[in-house]
Amino acid sequence: MLEVRPSIVDSPESNRNDGDIYMVEKDKSHTRVIVGMSGGVDSSVSAYLLKKQGYDVVGVFMKNWDDTDENGVCTATNDYKDVAKVANQIGIPYYSVNFEKEYWNRVFKYFLNEYKKGRTPNPDVLCNTEIKFKAFLDYAIELGADYIATGHYAQLVRDDQGHNHLLRALDSNKDQTYFLSQLSHQQIDHVMFPIGGMVKPKVRKIARDAGLYVANKRDSMGICFIGEGNFKRFLSNYLPAKPGKMMTLDGEVKGKHDGLMYYTIGQRKGLGIGGGGKYGNEPWFVIGKDLSRNVLLVGQRYHNPHLYSTSLKASGLTWINDASKYGKDFRCTAKFRYRQRDTGVTVHVSDDGSSVKVDFDDPARAVTPGQAVVFYDGKECLGSAVIDAAYNHAKKLQYV
Amino acid sequence: MVKEIYLDNAATTPISKEVLADMNDKLKNVYGNASTLYQLGRNSKRILDRSRHIIAQSINADDNEIVFTSGGTESDNTAIMQTALARKKLGNHIITTSIEHEAVLKPLKYLENHGFRVTYLPVDSKGNISLSDFKKALDDDTILVTIMTGNNEVGSRMPIHEIGEILKNHQAWFHTDAVQAYGLLDIDVKKDHIDMLSTSAHKLNGPKMVGFLYRRNGINYPSFIKGGDQESKRRAGTENVPGISGFATAVKNLPSTEKKHRQDVYYQYKKEIIDGLKKNQIDFEINGELNRHNLQHVFNIWIKGISTYVMQANLDLAGIAVSGGSACTAGSIAPSHVLTAMYGTKSPRISQSIRISFGRYTTESDIQFLIKNIAKIVKQIKKRKQEEV
Repeated sequence: MLEVRPSIVDSPESNRNDGDIYMVEKDKSHTRVIVGMSGGVDSSVSAYLLKKQGYDVVGVFMKNWDDTDENGVCTATNDYKDVAKVANQIGIPYYSVNFEKEYWNRVFKYFLNEYKKGRTPNPDVLCNTEIKFKAFLDYAIELGADYIATGHYAQLVRDDQGHNHLLRALDSNKDQTYFLSQLSHQQIDHVMFPIGGMVKPKVRKIARDAGLYVANKRDSMGICFIGEGNFKRFLSNYLPAKPGKMMTLDGEVKGKHDGLMYYTIGQRKGLGIGGGGKYGNEPWFVIGKDLSRNVLLVGQRYHNPHLYSTSLKASGLTWINDASKYGKDFRCTAKFRYRQRDTGVTVHVSDDGSSVKVDFDDPARAVTPGQAVVFYDGKECLGSAVIDAAYNHAKKLQYV
Repeated sequence: MVKEIYLDNAATTPISKEVLADMNDKLKNVYGNASTLYQLGRNSKRILDRSRHIIAQSINADDNEIVFTSGGTESDNTAIMQTALARKKLGNHIITTSIEHEAVLKPLKYLENHGFRVTYLPVDSKGNISLSDFKKALDDDTILVTIMTGNNEVGSRMPIHEIGEILKNHQAWFHTDAVQAYGLLDIDVKKDHIDMLSTSAHKLNGPKMVGFLYRRNGINYPSFIKGGDQESKRRAGTENVPGISGFATAVKNLPSTEKKHRQDVYYQYKKEIIDGLKKNQIDFEINGELNRHNLQHVFNIWIKGISTYVMQANLDLAGIAVSGGSACTAGSIAPSHVLTAMYGTKSPRISQSIRISFGRYTTESDIQFLIKNIAKIVKQIKKRKQEEV
């Protein structure tokens, strides 16, 4: 591992200037920062700001997914072209690295396996844990990196022991700590998030003022390997779909589903049922899955009671930093999916520390197996676990 | 300050000072269109004639057998596509090797898709083809044999003379891609019975976008580039007089003695690198073979356990340019078809090799700097890997 520099001072709360990293250390021109560049505006501005501050900046494009066509031609990815253009503009060297094999083995296989189980996984969490802050970090160190940087919206603060803590981004709309919640402090001790202390419009403005080629490039959407393409078609290339019935909890058949894996708890779109139930024209939602009978459970109303749970169980618990000070039972806030307000919760950690039971202060809607439950203490993201089951009081909801 | 050490001379070379001075002069003063009938045009024509003569002599050809082109790729494309077009009635079979440059392989792939049959001769682990494979492949349908003089990735040489002898009494035309070899070897097209030969100026400290295609008198096909009657109707387009003049200057600076001298110097560089890496206990192997016969300017080594892109990026960050294979547009490095042909797709050499290539301006201290840095990089990475275990 890289040595930890005790001289590093970090004050995220105070007068933070544009992208200032607040690390006092050896001469910046001798501090090599390797920036994961995607060709988007966030990572481009990150690289630009670091370069402006005088760091020895190197840009690296990660190719994690093979979009080679059937002729074996590796297709021009416009994103890499954008990385090259911006890097030349900023005046930094750039390379690309191929993690297709790592991504396939460590992220995609898990992703498919979760869908097979009827769950709704979050590959972007795992991509950070396994690729961006593991494989890429290793590669960066092989290129002599002192730090890596990415365009994530999140902030870091260093404690007395030299360990970084993960804090929510200044821009709460953009906060990405949910996706970073499975990292360990070892993975973020040598990381910089240059734009975590900025709101998105400011990032755009910096890009425009600097004349970066990608200043007005659209934000990317969706899971990296699917993009905005047709999710059903994509998944059907890898997993056989087993069509079956859509039923209400009372056993009334409402239609056919294309395969349980295509649906997620709380989903409304794409069911093809209009009205015609107990609640007249109220819309229909996925309220559960019965894997043994291959039945998709549907019910009416956004606030359908079967979409609400009061507690959850989750496994694969990880903490970013040592959490022993919190004890086995403690109060904090949590998110059960990305882009959701925090809920007050009481956490009960299992004796072996690998799983949790989480009681909610208020019932939560569509707590979905496969997604991460992420814990926060104020601004700090503490860690996360993968949701296995949701409960309405003592009753386990039939979500997988 | 980061030094700039250029060790990718097989990709391209810097323009020499003599070429630069000559081209500057021509760019400034000799701008007439060589096809015109006034003094400025005649000035250009004179430079063209003189350049053509220098270049023809360098391979023992007649002046009218030299057709100037935009470089190696156009020369290769012309020789292959136009031969196929002109001779398809005589047969549809073409023989080549599995380690040709893309400028040869891609047109052949195109012809395969249009009904031609192409035999790709295999190579051994030294990068050599076998003459008996060649003889076996040759049949009455063969209309073209296109085999490189020397390889651009590992420096192995093909038996050009022997192939020329065999084809002397065969209908097939014999083309050789001499882009890498032309600056280092004496080539005699008459002695080797070569019908067509491709070269490029920028591999020998000349300008980019200039080359020639030698085409033996008696070999006839329609011009690949169609338009005006330049180059005796064999290549349309207003001649790049400054570039062609610069090319001739570069060739003039490469007499036989100089080429032999460079082969010797580069061979010594290879031995120094081998000794230096051994002294630093670096686990490596040569891709191909070290001998006195091969093209000495390219040196391809497998540094065991270090991926090409890590080594190349680290050397770049230290200011050293070497080749790690051709980067495809998505940024990943495409596996070398040459190393694959020599060692199979499963060999770790495919993803752990770099090509170092020397040129006129390579110095002894460049070589030492390279050795020092490879050693440093390997040690750092090995150390880190041990710490993880």
